[in-house]
This record gives sequence, structure tokens and C-alpha cells, in this order.
Amino acid sequence: MKKLLSIFAVVAFAFSANAGTLDDVKNRGFLKCGVTTGLAGFAAPDDSGEWAGLDADMCRAVAVAVFGDRSKVEFITTTGKSRFPTLASGEVDMLARNTTWTISRDVNLGFEFVGVNFYDGQGFMVPSALGVSSATELDGATVCIQTGTTTELNLADFFRLNGISYEALPIETNDEGKENLFAGRCDVYTTDASGLSSTRAAASNPDKWVVLPEIISKEPLGPLVRHGDHQWGDVVRWSLNAMIIAEELGITSENVDAQTSSNVPEVLRLLGVEGNYGEMLELSNDWAYQIIKQIGNYSESYEANVGPDTPLEIARGLNALWTQGGILYAPPFR
Amino acid sequence: MRSNLGFFSDEKFRSIFFQTLVVGLFALGLFFVISTTSYNLEKRNIATGWSFLQNPAGFDISFSPFLEFKSTDTHLKVYFVGVLNTLLVSVTGCIAATILGFILGIVRLSSNWLLSRLVYIYVEFSRNVPLLLQIILWYSILIQLPRVKQSLQVLDVFYISNRGLYSPRPIFESGFSYVFIAIVLALISSFLINRWAKKRQDKTGQQFPVFSSSVGLIFIVPLILFFILGSPLSFEHPELKGFNFKGGLVIRPEFIAMFLALSIYTAAFISEIVRAGIMSVSKGQREASAAIGLKQTWIMRLIIIPQALRVIVPPLTSQYLNLTKNSSLGIAVGYADLVHGFGGISLNQTGQAIECMAIVMATYLSISLTISFFMNIYNRSIQFKEK
Repeated sequence: MKKLLSIFAVVAFAFSANAGTLDDVKNRGFLKCGVTTGLAGFAAPDDSGEWAGLDADMCRAVAVAVFGDRSKVEFITTTGKSRFPTLASGEVDMLARNTTWTISRDVNLGFEFVGVNFYDGQGFMVPSALGVSSATELDGATVCIQTGTTTELNLADFFRLNGISYEALPIETNDEGKENLFAGRCDVYTTDASGLSSTRAAASNPDKWVVLPEIISKEPLGPLVRHGDHQWGDVVRWSLNAMIIAEELGITSENVDAQTSSNVPEVLRLLGVEGNYGEMLELSNDWAYQIIKQIGNYSESYEANVGPDTPLEIARGLNALWTQGGILYAPPFR
Repeated sequence: MRSNLGFFSDEKFRSIFFQTLVVGLFALGLFFVISTTSYNLEKRNIATGWSFLQNPAGFDISFSPFLEFKSTDTHLKVYFVGVLNTLLVSVTGCIAATILGFILGIVRLSSNWLLSRLVYIYVEFSRNVPLLLQIILWYSILIQLPRVKQSLQVLDVFYISNRGLYSPRPIFESGFSYVFIAIVLALISSFLINRWAKKRQDKTGQQFPVFSSSVGLIFIVPLILFFILGSPLSFEHPELKGFNFKGGLVIRPEFIAMFLALSIYTAAFISEIVRAGIMSVSKGQREASAAIGLKQTWIMRLIIIPQALRVIVPPLTSQYLNLTKNSSLGIAVGYADLVHGFGGISLNQTGQAIECMAIVMATYLSISLTISFFMNIYNRSIQFKEK
């Protein structure tokens, strides 16, 4: 009996004890990163089956920071609903899954948002044939909406505020939304404006769809980790910040080698030539250098995945640096 | 050697010892699960408790035929809407599956080779394809129906599109309550006539035309009353306004897909149960009834079915339970049942997974036990009564 109890005690310890996530990841040899089931531009497999997108780059940046190798990451798909239990249960080490930072998720669900990698807002997309030019003309429309999202709550608020009615058609994934919208089961699809651009880009004839001008909410999307493991939170936070700071300092994947002999102190600190910031994070000292070398700075990732030259055609807008009319801002690297 | 195991050689002591051990281990395991869970929840700052039930839901549910639901209503109301929707599809599904299953079970036994083979193919196909795929198949077919602006019009009053089936909604005007009362009275009196006729037949052997007199009472009397009162019934017709039809009654494709898939799938099992039940009645019974000159339909209704029911009802009960539990697959097509609304959206918006899941599980358990309870009563009433 005593032996049995001690076995229980050991098992209980194994279940409840949380070794640092960073150590777990290092021991495992790869990062487990929760992403969407497929949203072009943010996280979706490309033609060669490789995950690509802004969020996928976020995952890779963290893998590079820890291992110095962009391939040391396993992408785990999550739906709007499954993402939080997946993170809470430890099945993934972090989420980079266009998830909106809200107080209840930060506080009540026991997560920690480490920053914002895309400032978004909720919009509406309708067939251009409907001739609708404003969301306030949508009285009586059937709206496709992903369940378990902030957009679901914003939608109810928006229609209530404007005193117009709608019928919600609940869907689980972006693909299901596309299917129902294209089949005409719903008149309108609502989600983050970036998601709408992504869906529109995937349509066989994008000109048949218009995104309405109204943006009805703030949707700061960012990576998140479990609450309480600050060391791991810092690693993810500064992986994101390193990319933003690199853009500020004009360091790109192409000129990063030349920049190691720069005379700007912050560049030298970021690239690990001066100081021991990597050690503070329990990473190698060239972690940020490797992120920029292998992934690129924020701007490079943005332009390659969602920028004006991609099918999504999203202008930088709010996501431009604070020095260039946007609100993208990272704390100083010192 | 024996003396060392003195206690263990006592059979009574041994059985008590092992039973206590098993119960103790189970309790320990349960305690371990509960304490670890609450410890981890607390450690991760995940909120617990039941107060979230009173918080406003914040989202809308469109499919709520029995209760009016607004986004300002509470999560508790989300729960009730979910329960009602689950019951709606389960009850209608059980009724349809029973009717279809009985017909198919009997047809399967028919001497018509083609008919019986067709039912055989149907049964094997729908029993052996996963239910989830069937639900998605029906839904995919239904959303390929014409768009709402090109709705098919049937008989000038029904509209079919991929938004659902729209039909006129009856509006009962003053005076209709008399017709309604007449129908209820007619139902009661038909029931009484039936009992009286049966007693009289038992006593005197004389038959009474129960069927035709009941039809007369239930349909013709209220109909005459209806016209005397000046037809106090009108219809609200659905009309295409803006994006959707307004007014009228609507049956959504999500419901239709669930209803079709559940009843067709379960009917296949029920038809096999019915076939087994009928085949369990010995051939001699049929031959004996034929020998005393009973009509073919009477043999089925009076001799075979009552005996077959004794075999049919217990497995039928478990099919009803299966159908009810399978209705939780509604989430696949966005049917707003208990699992989808409360166990899905509320759970996700509040993050209180354990509480929501516990409530959903307790609800399914209660529904299942209620069905079992009534089916057991019914089962007892049809069992052979030894005199």
C-alpha cells in the first residue's frame, strides 16, 4: 500500500510539476507551435507542403532563437475552439494563431499574450452582386461566423447597436466559412479583415467579392503562452520584438552579416556582438542574428506573406512602424 | 504453510478483503483525479465555479424554435435552447426511425425478391457508413440547393432553397379554440369508444366500426365546426424581403440534415431488430392463425406483432438512446444542439470547460435514463402476462 501511494505521489508530481517550458522544448529538440487549420498569409501549407505565413514565421523565429534552426518546429493545427485547451494542456508550447488579445483571455483563461504581430479589425465580406456598400445595410442577412471567437461577440454587439437583425450561421473553420459563403448559404462572412482578404484571395474569382469599408472592432493579434512561465514568455516576446527592432534598425536577412561590423551600439547589442542578452534569456548570444538571418525582419516577413505584392494585398496601415505612421513599436533593446 | 494464510483461507474474509481493496483503489483514483485537476486549475489561474451561468452570453443563436434568444441572454438560457434543440431532433428522429424501421423490417421479410434485396442493400449501406459522413453528405447536398433568390416554389406556398424550407405559418384567430377543444374531445371519446367496443366484443363477440367512427369524430366534426365558425384560421406567407424570406415557418438545412441522417441511419438498425423480432415468432403461430381463417393483415397486427414486440422493445430502447446521443454530432454541420451551443460556444467563450462538460454529460445521462425508464414501463406492459 505504501508503495502504491508513493507511485501515486510520483505520478501526481509528474502531472502537476511544470518544468520550465524552455527546458522542455530544449530537451524535446523541437518546438510545438499551435497554428490555424489554414489561413493563407498567416499559416497555411505552401505549394511544397511547408507551413508559411506571418504566424508560421513567428513560430520559426522562436525555433531559431532556441535551436538556431528554422526547421525545428512542429506545426499543430487548432480550430478557434480547440486552440485554448490545446495550449492550456501543454500540447503546444505557444500559439501563433491570429488570436485576439483580450482581458478575459489574458486573465481568466490563464494565458499571457507576449505582444502583437498583426493589428487587425473585424470586417464584412459580401458578393459584389448584392450591391451592398455598407454593413449597416445588412438588415436580415445571414452571416457566417466562426464560433468561439471575439468576432462572434462583436457581431452580436454591432447588430444590436445598429438596431438591425441578422441570422448567425455558426461555422468551425475558415474553410467551412468559405464553402458556405461561396454556396450562398450565407450572404455575409465576417472575420478579421486580414482573414477576409485571405478568403477573398482564395476565391476562384476575387472580383466577385467585396470587403465592406466598416471595421467594427480592434483585433490585436499576437502570440501567446501559458501564464506563469515568465522565462518562456520572455523568449517568445523578444523573438517577436527582435524582428520589429531589426526593421527599425534597417537590418535585413541580406545585410545582417555586414551589420555585425556596424558602429550603431543597438545593432551590435541585438546581433550579440556586444553584451550578453542571449545568456539572460538562456539562449545562445547570436539568437537574434539567427532570427534575422533565417527568417528576416518584420517587414520582410510581412511583405512576403500578406503585403501588397501577395494575393492578400494588405497595405501596412496600422502595422507600419511607429516612425512610419503605424503603431508597431517594440521596447528598446538594451 | 496453512497457518500463515489463516485469514486468506476463509472465503468470506477473502471476498470482503478484495472488494474493500477494489473500492478503496477506485476512491483513491477518483480523489487523485479531482485533486490534481483542481490543483492545476488553480495553478494556471483558470476560473472555476458556476457563476458564469448568470453572465450574458454575448453571442446569438439563430436556431431556437421554442425560446426567443438574444445575445444579452445568459449562458443558462443557451443551455435551455440547446437542450430543446437536442430533444427536437432526437424525438422527431426517433419517431421517423421507428416508422421507417418497422416498414423496412417487414418489407425485408416480404416474398418479393426485388423489394427485400433493395432493403437489404439499404440496411447494409447505411449501417456500415459512419454516421458523421452521412450527416455531412446530407448537408452538402442541401447547401447545393438553389440560392435564396432563386428558390424553388412548390404549390405556390412552399419555397425551397439552401437556406431551408419555408412554409406558411398558421395563425389561429379567435374561435379556433373551439375547434381545438372539439378535436381534444373527439380524441378522448374515440379512446373511450375503443375501450367500450373492445369490452363489448369480448363479451358478445359483436364488432363495432371503431376506426370509421373515430375518423368521423376526429376529422369531420371539428371540420364542420370550423366552417360554421367562419374559418378562423389564416396563414402568414413567407415573403422574400431583402436578403431572406420574412415570415412563415422555416426548417433549416442543418436540422434537415441531422434529421435525415439520424433517422435513416437508426432505421437501418431498427429494421433488423424488427426482422429479428418477427422471425422469433414461431412459424406455427402464423399457420395456426391462417388455419382459423384470419386475414393476412390481421395475422400481422393481432398475432405476430404483439409477440414480436417482446423481442423488439429492449434493443429498440438502446437504439433510441443511441440516436439521442448521436445527435451530439450536430456540431459537424452547425446544428445548435446542446453540445454545439452550451458545450461548445459557451465553453469556449467562458473557458470553463470542466463545468460545461459536466453539465452536458449530466444532461445526456438524464435524457437517456428518462428514455430507459419509460421504455422499461412500456416493455413491462407488453410482456406475456402469466395468468
